[in-house]
This record gives sequence, structure tokens and C-alpha cells, in this order.
Amino acid sequence: MLRVRDLTVRFQTGEASFSAVDRISFDLGHGEALGLIGESGSGKTTVALSLLRLLPSGAQVSGRVELSGEDLLGLGPDALNRIRGRRIAMVFHDPLAALNPVLRIGTQISEAVRAHQSVDRRGARTMTLELLRAVGLTANDADRYAHELSGGMRQRALIAMSVACRPEILVADEPTSALDAIVQAGILDLLRGLREERGVSILLATHDLGTAARLCTRIAVLYAGRIVESARTTELLASPRHPYTLGLLRSLPPPLGSSGPVRLQPIAGSAPPPWERPGGCRFRNRCPRAQDDCAKREPELIEIDGRGLACFHPVDAP
Amino acid sequence: MNAPLLQVEDLCVHRGGVRVLDRVSFALGAGETLGIVGASGSGKSTLARAVLRLLEPADGRVRWRGRDFLALSGRELRAARREMQIVFQDPATSLDPRMTVFSILAEPLVVHRLERSHALEERILALLREVDLGPEVLHRHPHELSGGQAQRVALARALAPSPALLVADEALSAVDVSIQAQMANLFGKLRHSASLACLFISHDLRFTAVLCDRIAVLSRGAIVELAEAASLVRAPRHDVTRALIAAARESEVQRR
Repeated sequence: MLRVRDLTVRFQTGEASFSAVDRISFDLGHGEALGLIGESGSGKTTVALSLLRLLPSGAQVSGRVELSGEDLLGLGPDALNRIRGRRIAMVFHDPLAALNPVLRIGTQISEAVRAHQSVDRRGARTMTLELLRAVGLTANDADRYAHELSGGMRQRALIAMSVACRPEILVADEPTSALDAIVQAGILDLLRGLREERGVSILLATHDLGTAARLCTRIAVLYAGRIVESARTTELLASPRHPYTLGLLRSLPPPLGSSGPVRLQPIAGSAPPPWERPGGCRFRNRCPRAQDDCAKREPELIEIDGRGLACFHPVDAP
Repeated sequence: MNAPLLQVEDLCVHRGGVRVLDRVSFALGAGETLGIVGASGSGKSTLARAVLRLLEPADGRVRWRGRDFLALSGRELRAARREMQIVFQDPATSLDPRMTVFSILAEPLVVHRLERSHALEERILALLREVDLGPEVLHRHPHELSGGQAQRVALARALAPSPALLVADEALSAVDVSIQAQMANLFGKLRHSASLACLFISHDLRFTAVLCDRIAVLSRGAIVELAEAASLVRAPRHDVTRALIAAARESEVQRR
């Protein structure tokens, strides 16, 4: 349904120019959930925003973003507005910033409903209450303001607004990272329900492998603006091949209650900002498996049997 | 057990007529690490601030080395404060954007008159080494640091006056996954070195279980359970603890 090919986003700052996202390709099928995993600066948010052309005007976007065969990057403003919200909707990281502080929650959702569908005020109100119920909120919450809701309730309200126009694709950028562990679980269940019951496809940008593993059928791992590994979630977790993916898994705290050594195995160093990325493989400076050839050429993402890998010296398959 | 370094008794904090901290009591021994876990809004950060007197409690007592901390003033308060340091969640807002790393780390040493000027740079480099940073960051400003580097600088600043108590308020939550593990190891190292006690505040039970001797579970401003870390995870007694454990287990990645 969504086909992204060679998506590249360049930013110009003063005299310097750098690519935040570099030749990224992926597909998102109907009812599928794809996790874009990456740390800060990896480009995951830039990818998410570029799908709906929400990037600042200075961004130079190239490549193709096809929705059912139509290239979104070539659309004019009117055509784009028919896609936004209706076919592809967005859930942002910080619901307090995304919600209007001076409008009641119900009013905001009704507004979203009426902006995209021809219903009268009363019809919009009915739909709003249904949407709120679907995300686990009540009719009373419709009359509240954003500041009167908890963080979890705000994110539910935002999701209700995002699905108001029955979009086919929901793009969620760190939808749970501002929430505590208990509330996170509820929001992930909600998103999973939307996918399973309504067939909504989900693109989830997150830094958290655990979150992606619970929601997503496939995972693409981003590092420094490129996809370095992609696979079905179960395969990726069972046998990570890229040293970065393995490093991310090893950085996670051990299962609760496990005994033995508690020293974690972090990845050395930190991800370079886009203007300081090394030549050759971008991960080589932090990679325990790097060899001379990693500095000479950049490994391309090669796909075999539905698994993509960009590495000259991958971790052995178990 | 050692005589408690910090003793909190029936601590209450009110905000806007609501009791946000409700008769919290615990003791912390020298060199001990106590985890404070709870959902958002449970009062974790309020507790951190009340213990340090960054906000005034409505009721209750805080004893520091056996003395009434809430009654201290002037020079005695400053001396006690030097020994109690805090690391906040977000280094982007807790570090002064106009200062270099050098001046950020020099300030506590100068304020507390801990170092003569000729030895200052050496001391600062030693502090950076302690948090695994090199001299190349010395003259950078916070915006020129990565998130992980900035949080290390915040930790180095807290360690500068050689505190006896470090309060870490969600110190791992805002940094990247690969950096979280580095920082967790750093806290683990600090825990086993020196006689530094730590109040480790987090909504994430997974790191808390790894890093703490004991864990207190906070809910609606009150401690509902306090136990050794291992036994709390193995045999939780309160529903809130069970809910936190369930949430932590769910976020674990099943690798098979």
C-alpha cells in the first residue's frame, strides 16, 4: 500500500548541507505494522514527517513515496490535504503540544471529523463520542481541556482524533515514550486493536525495541540516516545479523529477576550527528567487527528472503 | 546496617490543597542505593525535591547524619547541601546553555571553595574521567554535546563536591538506548566505589532492579511497599508493585 523508495532528505544550515535521511526504502502492507527503530539523530522522525510532507520548507526531499501507486512527493497542496488525516494520519510524541489548550477535547475531535467528512454538528458529536469510547475515554472527557487529562488520556484523545477520518495508515512518532510503563502498555494495546480490528496499517518510529517488538510485524533498524537491517520482528530478535542491532539488544537491561552478572553490554561511543558521519560504513567507529574494507566503501542494503542487511561482516546466524 | 545517613519520617507535601506526598518514611544508609519507583504522578520527583529541601514539606522530618535537616540554615545548610547532589532527567534543561563544560564543573568547586585555582583544571579532568569523558569536551557548550555526553556532564557536576548522597531523578530516561546501558554501568560503578549513597528515582523497574539494594514503591504519594530489590521482584506484596512488574515484563524483548 505504501511504497517508499530511495527517500532522501537534505537540510541546509548556513553553508553546510547534510542528509538526515539517506536513500531509505521500505514497504508497508495493508494491516501491517512496521517499526522504524533508531536512536536520536537516526532520521526516524524525519522519515515519519516526510511521508505527509510535514518537514520545514528548507528540507530537500527526493525519492518516491507512493500511496497505492500515487507519488505523494509530487502532489500539490489540495491533493495533499485530501491525503492528510483521511488516508494517512499522524500521532505525535507529545500530546500536550499537539492538542489545542483552549479547546475542549470533544470540540477538537469534532473539528477533525468535520474538516474531512461532510457531517453536521450533531453527527460529528455522535462520532466523537464513539471515537472516545473506542480509545477508552468517556463522554465526560469530551468536555475537558487537555490540561485536565493525564498524559495517557491525552495520548488516547490524540489517537481518537487521528483515527477520526478512518485513515488507512497511522504514522506514530514515539507515541509512548512520554508515558510511564503502565500507561505505555495501554496505548500499545489500543494501537494493536486498531490494526487488528480496523485493519489500519501502522508505521511506528521509536527508539525502543521493546515497544516495536510488541506492536510491529516487521522492524527496520535505522542508523545515522540509513536502514542497516530489516526483518520480520521474530527473526530480527531471534537472530540479529547487523552488529548495531545486536548491540541494541545487548544494551537492554536483563529480564527482571534474573540472577548473575548485572553489567550491561553497551555499544561503545555514541551516534555521530549527521554532519560528522564517517565515510564507508557509518557504524564502523563503534563496531566491534569493523575491518579495513568498512572504511573504504559503504555497505548497501541487500535483501534476501525478506531480510535486509547492510554489513560486510555480519554477526553469524545462530 | 550502618547508622542511617538520611532518615525521612512521615514526610508530607501539599500542593494546591492536595496532599501529594503522604507520610513517607524511609532510611538510607551510607553507600546504600535505594530505588524509588512508581507511575507518573505518584510523587517520585516531589519526594526527591522535598528530601533536598528544594520545596518545603508541610509536615514530617528529614534527618541528615542524625541532625534535623529542615531546621538547618546558613553555613550549616550549605555544608549539608554540598553533600547532597541531584541529577535531573533532562540535561538539555539542567545545564546552563551559556556555560562551557569547564565552567559548569568549576562552579560547584569554586562555590564550595573546594579547589584552589591552579589545581582546578586537573580536578575537572579527573571528574570527566570518572564519567568516561575526555578532555575534548572541556570547552564545549551543552548544545555541542550529544545527549549522553550532556548527561555525563550533569553527573560529573553532581559528583564535583564529593557528595555523600546522589539523587538521580529519572537520570536514564531521556538518553538513547545504547547510552542508557553505558550510564547504567556508570551508576553501577559509582555504587560500588566510594561511600556514595544514592536515591535512584525511575518509572522503569528494570534498571532499578539492577542498580538498587532496596526498592520503595510509591503510589498516590505514599510508600506502599519497601523491600530488598530481589525479593520485591520475586515476591511482590502490593498490587501496584505487581502492576509495575507486569509492565516491565511486557516491555522486555523476547529473544527466545
